[in-house]
Order: sequence, then C-alpha cells, then structure tokens
Amino acid sequence: MAGLLDRRLLFVTGKGGVGKTTVATALGLLASSRRRVLVCEVEPKGDVAAAFDGEPAGFVPREVARGLSVMEMDTEASLREYLRLYLRVPMVGRIGPVARAFDFVASAAPGVREILTVGKLCYEVREGHFDLVIVDSAASGHVVGQLAAPVGINDLVKVGAVRSQTRWMLDILQDPAQTGVVVVSTPEEMPVNEAIDLASRLGRETGVSLAGLVANRVLPELFSRGEQEIFDELSAEAGAERLADALGDCSVRPVAEVLEAAALAVRIRRSGAEHLERLRSAVEPEVPFLFVPYLFGRSHGARAVRQVADALGEELGA
Amino acid sequence: MSPRTTSTSLDRLLASREIVVAGGPGGVGKTTTAAALAVMASVRANAKVLVITVDPARRLADALGVGGIGNAATRVPREAFVAAGVQPRGSLFAAMLDTKQSWDAFVRRQAPDKATAERILSNPIYQNISGRFAQGHEYIAMERLYEIHAEGEYDLVVVDTPPTREALDFLDAPRRMAEFFASRLLRWLVAPARSRLVSLASRPFYQVADRILGTQFLEDVGEFFLLFQSMYEGFVARARAVGALLRDEGTTFMVVTTLEAVPAHEAARFVAALAERRLHLGLLVANKVLPASLSDPEAAVVADALQARAAETAARLAEALGLGGDVARLTRVLEEIGRSFSNFELVASRQAELLAEMAKAHEVTATVPHLPGEVSGLGDLLEIGRRLFSAPGGRSSRG
Repeated sequence: MAGLLDRRLLFVTGKGGVGKTTVATALGLLASSRRRVLVCEVEPKGDVAAAFDGEPAGFVPREVARGLSVMEMDTEASLREYLRLYLRVPMVGRIGPVARAFDFVASAAPGVREILTVGKLCYEVREGHFDLVIVDSAASGHVVGQLAAPVGINDLVKVGAVRSQTRWMLDILQDPAQTGVVVVSTPEEMPVNEAIDLASRLGRETGVSLAGLVANRVLPELFSRGEQEIFDELSAEAGAERLADALGDCSVRPVAEVLEAAALAVRIRRSGAEHLERLRSAVEPEVPFLFVPYLFGRSHGARAVRQVADALGEELGA
Repeated sequence: MSPRTTSTSLDRLLASREIVVAGGPGGVGKTTTAAALAVMASVRANAKVLVITVDPARRLADALGVGGIGNAATRVPREAFVAAGVQPRGSLFAAMLDTKQSWDAFVRRQAPDKATAERILSNPIYQNISGRFAQGHEYIAMERLYEIHAEGEYDLVVVDTPPTREALDFLDAPRRMAEFFASRLLRWLVAPARSRLVSLASRPFYQVADRILGTQFLEDVGEFFLLFQSMYEGFVARARAVGALLRDEGTTFMVVTTLEAVPAHEAARFVAALAERRLHLGLLVANKVLPASLSDPEAAVVADALQARAAETAARLAEALGLGGDVARLTRVLEEIGRSFSNFELVASRQAELLAEMAKAHEVTATVPHLPGEVSGLGDLLEIGRRLFSAPGGRSSRG
C-alpha cells in the first residue's frame, strides 16, 4: 500500500476542536521535505498561514516555505475560474452580479457550493501544480456532503456542464491510490463517536477511502503495570506521609497534592485510551493509526505545528 | 441531600426566567452542562423543567432517558432521582431535537393548505435541503423553542444549541431566514414558473445557470421556492417572533467554554455579541477546570524534588514500603509523578490566566472541575449541577 503522504489529495477532518488545522498543516510541513505541497483551508480562519509568516493566504496559492504553499477556499472565486476555464463565458466585467446570483443558488441548492470546493481541489491535482494537496476540511458532518457532492449532483442534475464535469472528479476522488481522508480525533467520547460515524459513512456515501486516523492530544502513559501497583500503594493511606518522610523536610499536604495530580492524569489517560481502543476496533486494521502526544507546552501556533509534524513523522517512520 | 439549601444567585436567576439558551464553542461539554443545569433546577425548584438537547452522547441520552429518536418530550422518572440520592421538588422532562422532523412539522404548520405541504415535503430539493439547509439547524432549534414556549407547558426550558462553525450563527438565524425569504433573488429564482424569459434582468444569469446546471434542475429549484414562498408571510412573521423571544426578558443565555485558547477566544466573542445584541447573559461557565492544587507552589517544589532526588528518595521509601528489590522501579515511578505534576501545572497556569481574562469581560458564574470519564448517569449530572449552583461568582473547590 502506498504511504499516507504518497497520495495526491488528502482531506483532513474530524469533530470541531480536535486540531484538524494543526494536523493538516503539520502533514503539509512533513511532506514538503520531498514533495511540492499545497495546504488549503476550506473554511478560512487564517490559521494555516498564521503558522508560517502570518501573511494572510488567498485563493491563489502562495509559497510560505520551501515546497509548501497555502491557499484559502473561496467558492465565488472558484466559480469565476470555472466559468473562465470550461465555459469560456465572455463576461468578465459582468460576472459580479451573475456570480452573486449563482452564489445564492449555491447556498440554496445542495451540492453546488460543495462541488465548487471539491472541484477546485481536484483541478489542482489534475493539473499537477502540486504533488500533494492537503485539505483542512470542514468538520466531519460537512465533509461527507462535500465529498458526496459529485455523486449527488449526478442524481439531481440530469444535464448540463456541471454533470459532465463530475466524472473526472470522481475518477480522482474514488481512487484510493490518489485520494484519502484523514480523520482526526482526540481521546474523548464525542470526537471518537463522530470519527467512527464518519469512517463508516465515507465508503458508503462518497466512495472516498479512509487513509488514516490521527489520535491527537494523547496523554503519556505514566506507569507500566508493575509501576502502577507501586503507585497505587503510594496513593493508599499513609502513602503521602511515607513519601514526605523519605523526601525529608516537607509537609504532607503538598505531597498528597502531587500524588492526587498523578492519579488524575492516570484517570484521564485511562478514559481516553478506552475511546481510542473503540476507534481502533471500528476501522479496518490496515488503516494507519497515528498518535500525536498532548503538548503540555503549546496548543497551537508555529511551534505546536512543528512538534506535531515531528510526532507524525516518527509515527510514519519518515 | 436536601434540596432546600440556601438559595443562590442562580436559583434567583432561574426563578425569574423561562428560557435558558446554552451557547458557546463546540466540544466543551455544552450539552452536558445544559442537561446538568436542568437536572439541578428541577431538584431545587418546585418547577416543571424541560431540557432540549441536540445530538447528546449516548450515555448522556441514556442518563436522561431520551435514547430513542424523535421530538417528543419524555419525563425523567422520579425514581431515577431517588436512586441517585435526591428528592426533587420539581419534575424534569427531556427531548432531543430532530432537525428533519422539526422542519417537516414546521412546513405542515406554515403551509397554506395540506396539498401544498405535501408537495413541498415530496419535492426532491426540499428532501435534500431539509437535512442540511444553510442556517437550517440553527433556525429550527430556535423555532422549536418558540413552539414549546408558546404552548406554555413548562416553567423553565433549557435549550442546547447545535454545533456551528461560528457559535454566533444561531443568534442571527431568525433574521437571516427572514431576509432569505424576502430577497429579490428568490423572486428571480421563482421566475421560471412565471415565464422568466421575458425578464431581461435575469437573462444573463439564466444563460449561465442553464449551461452549468441544466434547465430541469433549475426548474426543480424554482418550483421548490415557489412552493416555499406560499409560506412567506407566515414565515417572516414567525422568524420575527422567534427573534423577539430571544430578546425577551424571560430569556437568558448560558455560555460554556473550556479554558483553552481557541474555545475561550470564541466564547469571549460570543459574550461580546450577546452584549451587542442586548441579549441577557445569565451564566458564564468554565468547564473542565483542573484542580487548584496544581497551582500550589509548595506542591511544585515537591514535584521538582521528586525528579531531582528520585533515586535517593526511592531508596529510603523502599524500606518503609517493604519494597526491597524494586528500588529502580520505584525511582521511575517517583520521577513520573514529579514530571506529570510539572506538565499539568503548566496547563493549569494557562487555564488560570484564561480564567482571569474571562473574568474581566464578565463575572464567571461557575467553574466545573475536569471529571475524567464520561457522564454516565443522573448522579454525574447532579454532581455537575451542584457545581453550577454552589459557587456564585466564585471558584469551585478543588476537584
């Protein structure tokens, strides 16, 4: 099987707040050491570009580091490009109101905005401007709609230029060697539920394959089994007093607090591990499952992206 | 526990309100907090309380007894409270928001006649849209709240809001829905059924749109909007009424957030937006707060000592614990304990900083400790509920 980053088009998604943007940017950074990479923010908040030079990104890809470009999706601009490329609509000057009207249809009619988004991404892949396009996608519920749009358009629209355009998109999207979805989750109940739901809907509704799972913000395992027994003994009655004695020259209360904090860390870790186990067993065993440790120091920004990229690199053996 | 404890500022707030809307960023435990508030309100006040949840976690749904699908409210049995060790003064009902079902019910109510309603419901565009209409989720949640409030069944309704990209979206949903139906573009779209070809203004648009989408699809869309327009007047009036209900003095908002940079930032913008729109903010809740002991400087000294002097401490301790042969293992345990504290201390100090920032913008009504594991029963909701009610304007005790 081809490696995760050997594909041409990767959609990174997951429940809101799990760190999709950080993971997408980190994957881009990681791949850019050997391939020309584009990272596209579909719901632009400026976070991808902010991890580099802080200059805002636009619809036109801009190189922010060697081998790495960023862009922000803009469905109106995508429509304009589409009209120019495929329909040769000779009305550049008058396109404004038409595009606005179209934008309106797009917000009302299902699939149109989605196809403009997915279409632009597939176009970048087909034209070979980049070796790999990584998409910081919408949250899980929405991404199925985006990826299913070419299929859905075929059902709803019986004739017209859009329909004739969906075939080549599907060829790219449904080829597992070229396209895949990376689902990000944190070790918590709801993000894992959403990841499992998404994994099962992907194949059924979109024909796009699941390329990998990323467990983000995973707390370190503090103790091995034998060590856990020792820790339990320390946490038992009088454990704090004995530890305070052994340390010498300190009172019991702060020692007990330190022990309680470790017990809390163990409990959080344990509840998270159960959920990740559930996620692991819900998907095919050959789907890569990558762990990114919880960053105690920084949760976002350039430093965090670099650390996440390093962690993913280790997991991928890169 | 006796529910008749001293009344807190939250008791007084809820006594004067009929609706609590829970808002804020996704993934912070908003649904659980809303449920906990309703649970505790029904325990403390002699009131009939309803909580409307959106997409609750399975165990939360089970805890409330709304595991099934559908909009109907079900009563959380009194025995469940008694089993959890409380004697509620009031009663609690729970319902889940089913978006599709709510839209269908809405169309049936608002359509001029039955035949129109059926034509809308069977229109392929409607079927495609009603699940994921732009702003549809947000609007229908508010619409359903209005409906329930108008029926006057409950003393207090706590409503959770759907996860949105922007937590603010739903505040403007009623206005946007009204604008949507009033727009000129909508009239353009409806034109096919009124021989749109004579309309010069719309010609360039249709030339392009026909080529891209095909005429058939466009006519489907046109028919859909034409049908939908039959509901226009009722709809706009309704959207205004829903908007007015949010501003009503019987309505208050609860904003929930965790103390992490991104959600806290979004919550702050939400709080500001409420003020801009003159909506009442009743509660600001910081969820998943790490225990205050992590900020104890004496504990930090202990954690450092454990890492620096692990081996010698382990040697002394092994004797006391009778762990003769396992000094190496004990050394590693002590190091890990110290390191883990230092790691979490860093997170806790970031949380404290964010909490201080939040308190500048608005009084933080309650902090709820980080409870590992998930809410798995009414007892857990009661525990969170106690936190919400116990600390007016202050910090929670250590978790």
